[in-house]
Amino acid sequence: MAQLTLPKNSKIDKAAGKTYKAPAGAKNVRAFKIYRYDPDTQANPRVDTYEVDMDACGPMVLDALIKIKNEIDSTLTFRRSCREGICGSCAMNIDGTNTLACLHACGDVKGDVKIYPLPHMPVVKDLVPDLTHFYAQYASIEPWLKTDTPPPTRERLQTEEDRAKLDGLYECILCACCSTSCPSYWWNGDRYLGPAILMAAYRWLVDSRDEATGERLDQLEDPFKLYRCHTILNCSRTCPKGLNPARAIAETKKMLVERKV
Amino acid sequence: MSAKSSAERAAARPLSPFMLGQYYRFQISSLLSITHRITGVGLALGTLFLAAWLMSAATGPAAYQRFAACARSPIGLILLLGWSWSLLYHLCNGVRHLVWDAGYAFEKKNVDAGGWAVVIGSVVLTAAVWLTAYI
Repeated sequence: MAQLTLPKNSKIDKAAGKTYKAPAGAKNVRAFKIYRYDPDTQANPRVDTYEVDMDACGPMVLDALIKIKNEIDSTLTFRRSCREGICGSCAMNIDGTNTLACLHACGDVKGDVKIYPLPHMPVVKDLVPDLTHFYAQYASIEPWLKTDTPPPTRERLQTEEDRAKLDGLYECILCACCSTSCPSYWWNGDRYLGPAILMAAYRWLVDSRDEATGERLDQLEDPFKLYRCHTILNCSRTCPKGLNPARAIAETKKMLVERKV
Repeated sequence: MSAKSSAERAAARPLSPFMLGQYYRFQISSLLSITHRITGVGLALGTLFLAAWLMSAATGPAAYQRFAACARSPIGLILLLGWSWSLLYHLCNGVRHLVWDAGYAFEKKNVDAGGWAVVIGSVVLTAAVWLTAYI
């Protein structure tokens, strides 16, 4: 059932938010409003405001987060690693859409920079969501090459055309921006696989070397796993890598129809 | 500071904010998607209106007069306008869904263009229906 409000323990305590003022003399100040949740207290989440001197800060949202953690408040918790959009660790809700903090320029945000964890996920701490279920769903589609034929003496070859079918699919870094932007995933995420996992599934469906296509389609043919996609398209719009999960899902639905006729 | 077990911590985890509009930006694609659902509900309710029309016509001239008076009242006209637009929007957007089901028009540019075409198309068609009715 569609849930439209946050449960009691998740409501943001507006009065509890703290403000960290910019250092005196800073000329180019921007406010970062960041979701905070501390599992060591019984308190509800709050939103803290950090004023950052942008003249002494890198251009990306991740630069600002690291500056805040280094210089203003070391308790601020977030995931980050590569700082160049290849690891997917710093996925979060910035300025009302999901993206990677390392790829999103502060200059592209109008007004205060509002930062929340990926939507509709259990929060471990601050901007860190619990992705256990997401990864379990990924494991459920068995994301590896499955074959029945005996292994050849060398690599399994594919034509250039067949290889090209994987473009736009294999680049996914599983940052979960798309899945957590999807209202269907918010409300049926327990059973609906969501755009990231369905695109990963399609990546193996179209791989000319994979020999388990029928079995994979059987697994997906389910009112919840696949057909909770209603083409809302938040996924394709939010993907920080410019991929198109909605199209991969449509192609999967087409494969299911085509094998019946 | 309370010492909580990891299981207790996991159970106590809050749900991150998600609500469309407030925390997640409405975009033309999601806005038109929810409108498709709302107009679908509108059409179901509009079917009651259609049934009332047929029932009154079958019952006799007096009943039909009463129905026509209701339908021609300002509120009746607003409902009819809303219903006719719902029907045409749902129809136009349904065609858009058929195109997607065939695997086309998933690029952002085409999604936006298709969305605006449906919005403008449904308004123009509704205007055409009402102009035809009143000319």
